[in-house]
Amino acid sequence: MNKVHVENLHKKFGELHVLKGIDLDVEESEVVCLIGPSGSGKSTLLRCLNLLETPTSGTVIVDGTELTNAKIDINKVRENIGMVFQQFNLFPHLTVLENIMLAPVDRGKFTKEEAEKKAMELLASVGLSEKRDEYPKNLSGGQQQRVAIARALCMEPDIMLFDEPTSALDPEMVGEVLNVMKKLASEGMTMIVVTHEMGFAREVCDRVLFMDGGVIVEQGPPQEVFLNPQEDRTKDFLNKVL
Amino acid sequence: MSYGELLHSCYQVLLTGLALTMKMTAFSLIFAIILGMISCFFSISRFRVLRAISRIYVDVIRGTPLLIQAFFLYFGLTRALNFRMDANTASIIALSLNAGAYLSEIFRGGINAVDKGQMEAARSLGMPYGSAMGKVILPQAIRIVIPSVVNQFIITLKDTSILSAIGMMELTQQGKLIVARNMRSFEIYGTIAIMYLIVITILSRILKIVEKRLNNE
Repeated sequence: MNKVHVENLHKKFGELHVLKGIDLDVEESEVVCLIGPSGSGKSTLLRCLNLLETPTSGTVIVDGTELTNAKIDINKVRENIGMVFQQFNLFPHLTVLENIMLAPVDRGKFTKEEAEKKAMELLASVGLSEKRDEYPKNLSGGQQQRVAIARALCMEPDIMLFDEPTSALDPEMVGEVLNVMKKLASEGMTMIVVTHEMGFAREVCDRVLFMDGGVIVEQGPPQEVFLNPQEDRTKDFLNKVL
Repeated sequence: MSYGELLHSCYQVLLTGLALTMKMTAFSLIFAIILGMISCFFSISRFRVLRAISRIYVDVIRGTPLLIQAFFLYFGLTRALNFRMDANTASIIALSLNAGAYLSEIFRGGINAVDKGQMEAARSLGMPYGSAMGKVILPQAIRIVIPSVVNQFIITLKDTSILSAIGMMELTQQGKLIVARNMRSFEIYGTIAIMYLIVITILSRILKIVEKRLNNE
């Protein structure tokens, strides 16, 4: 069964029609990259997958739960969908360790001791064990984003959504975040990544989706989309960014 | 009578007045914080009725002078509804309602000043709205609003002097009574001003320390 199934998804902000009928299926352990010009609806699509935006119409099914059904417990569903933001959004009043432990303890997923153990494992895996007691403001952007990834992973999600995770980083810090994401992909995590990192898309993704004007214009394995794009809009975009 | 003798003759009365001023301020602020929080949560609620209640409360209080609010409560309402209320009770109610409205706006501003991404991050982790508000947004909002809240505390302390008009025996009222007896308005009002100044200066210093503690925790 598909991890994510989206059917004829529309999203309007008032008069602005941002998503115009998106169909999307993502399999377990698949890594999908969303690329496209700004304003094309990539982030909005991603945010519809955990209901940070409410779809105007259409169906979104994640892990077998229909999100577009009003009766579901959205908090329960979100525990299963990790999200990483462009601006990291770490909690500035909490230490690194507290940032990671907050949600699992609050939701009763782990006891404090279990959560701390899990958090330390995750910090080790993103290479930041020694930063456990620092506040976010004392970390570099790349370090903050790695903590944000660890924070999302501590809920043990099945799916990870990345919303331009490296766009707010200084160039020399992009690599360290992409490496963590590559590792995650190799471990079999289902990932949907909105990105401007064409290198990452080419190297790590199983499938690239090119969006423009609220629709998916073209999709396929990265070699095909990047080397042999069929649509003019895709060619045009790739000419600009590559 | 020299200034020393004058002060000696009335310092006890002035200190009694100051004590009542402080007590009234403290009680009013406790109620005002509660009222302000309720009104603030109403104002950010998704229910239109609650938002309207908060809006009307804040607009009415901000749009009318404290003195009129106190007169309306102490003379008007008691007459219309035919019941008795002592000056201290009326004063606490008026001050609480007044400071509560301003605090409501301060709190709302503080919550709105927290980056929207914070709520999104917390919700995306599966935290319900209440937990996200309590554990992520409010701790940050509190740090943001402290200077404005301290300011409101000082305003409320000084506003108690307005309630001398309905006969609350606080510092200003005690002073007025002394002046009425001996006409030494220059010395007495000067002394009272210095008393307010000392108390408020001490209070600001203490709150400044509290604020610093909270910020570099």
